Amino acid sequence: MDQLINLAYLVAAILFILGLKGLGSPRSAVRGNLTGAVGMFIAIVATLSAKGLNFGWIIAGMVVGGGIGAYMARTVKMTAMPEMVGLLNGFGGGASLLVALAQFTITPASEQTAAWLVALSLSALIGSVTLTGSMVAWAKLQGYADKAMRLPNQNLLRVALGLGVVVLAGLFVWQGWGLLLLLLVVVALALGILLVLAIGGADMPVVIALLNSYSGLAAAATGFVLMNNGLIISGSLVGASGIILSQIMCKAMNRSLGAVLFGGAMVSEEQMASIPGTE
Amino acid sequence: MEALIGALTIFVLAVFVGYEVITKVPPTLHTPLMSGSNAISGITIIGAILCCIGSGMDGILANVLGFLAVVLAMVNIVGGFMVTDRMLHMFKKKKD
Repeated sequence: MDQLINLAYLVAAILFILGLKGLGSPRSAVRGNLTGAVGMFIAIVATLSAKGLNFGWIIAGMVVGGGIGAYMARTVKMTAMPEMVGLLNGFGGGASLLVALAQFTITPASEQTAAWLVALSLSALIGSVTLTGSMVAWAKLQGYADKAMRLPNQNLLRVALGLGVVVLAGLFVWQGWGLLLLLLVVVALALGILLVLAIGGADMPVVIALLNSYSGLAAAATGFVLMNNGLIISGSLVGASGIILSQIMCKAMNRSLGAVLFGGAMVSEEQMASIPGTE
Repeated sequence: MEALIGALTIFVLAVFVGYEVITKVPPTLHTPLMSGSNAISGITIIGAILCCIGSGMDGILANVLGFLAVVLAMVNIVGGFMVTDRMLHMFKKKKD
């Protein structure tokens, strides 16, 4: 049975690749999107055939989530598309974070190897950053905070949070304590806010493309936690293609990716004023 | 260890495929492509489903977290694919 499930994941991965390829050109874009959706359907059905699942929770979650998703997709205004994508992306990251936490509670300590703990912390960490980063991006595009916001000592704070994440992840891998995992999540959530807060509203589409890539990487990390090929392949596909897409989008806007990401952090006030979209 | 190496191999190769699959994309398709690949990142639903295991009070926390993860991933998937489709159809209408 497991072999059949893995085979289905391979089919899904092929459909995702064809779907992404199709989305890249105007003639095949609609078909490409459908191809991706079929791939997702196959992956979900295959997973549902695994042994020992609690279908009550799963079906309830699918109905609720599917309903909310469909409602949002139908009612959103066309002009609000980028923030909608940002919001959805944040949910994807949040899901990876929750999966990491859930897996920690059900995996016996004897099976928590160092490699497993590394994958788990990566999944929780990237998932958290994606979740809050996407929420900030959404809020900015909604106009709640469209300017590049700068906190006092922002760079210092970023570095401190970044170091905090690394130290906490290291300690967690070493000791395997649940409390350290929770602390790691809290710090990573704050880091996600801070990373996006300093970036101007005009650069948000690029940021969302990048966060999209993060949510793919979070899914790939979850794949290492579960040793699940379907997650690893699809997650890394999205992770890699998302980075390329953000580069392409930067080029189209005549900006460099570095300038977008660190624009709010590394550039002086005078330079900031000359960057389009930040004033 | 063997399984880990195998998984790493798959990961690295898939990264290369993801890197190569996106080539010249016209600017009008940037947002739909982003939104479509965003829907694919909802694949984490596989992990969410696999958290909902066991029966009764056994591992209830994992089940609740798994349920919430299924909800979030499902919003991402259904919302993502539907919104991409809507966007693409709008482009088509403009052309006609």
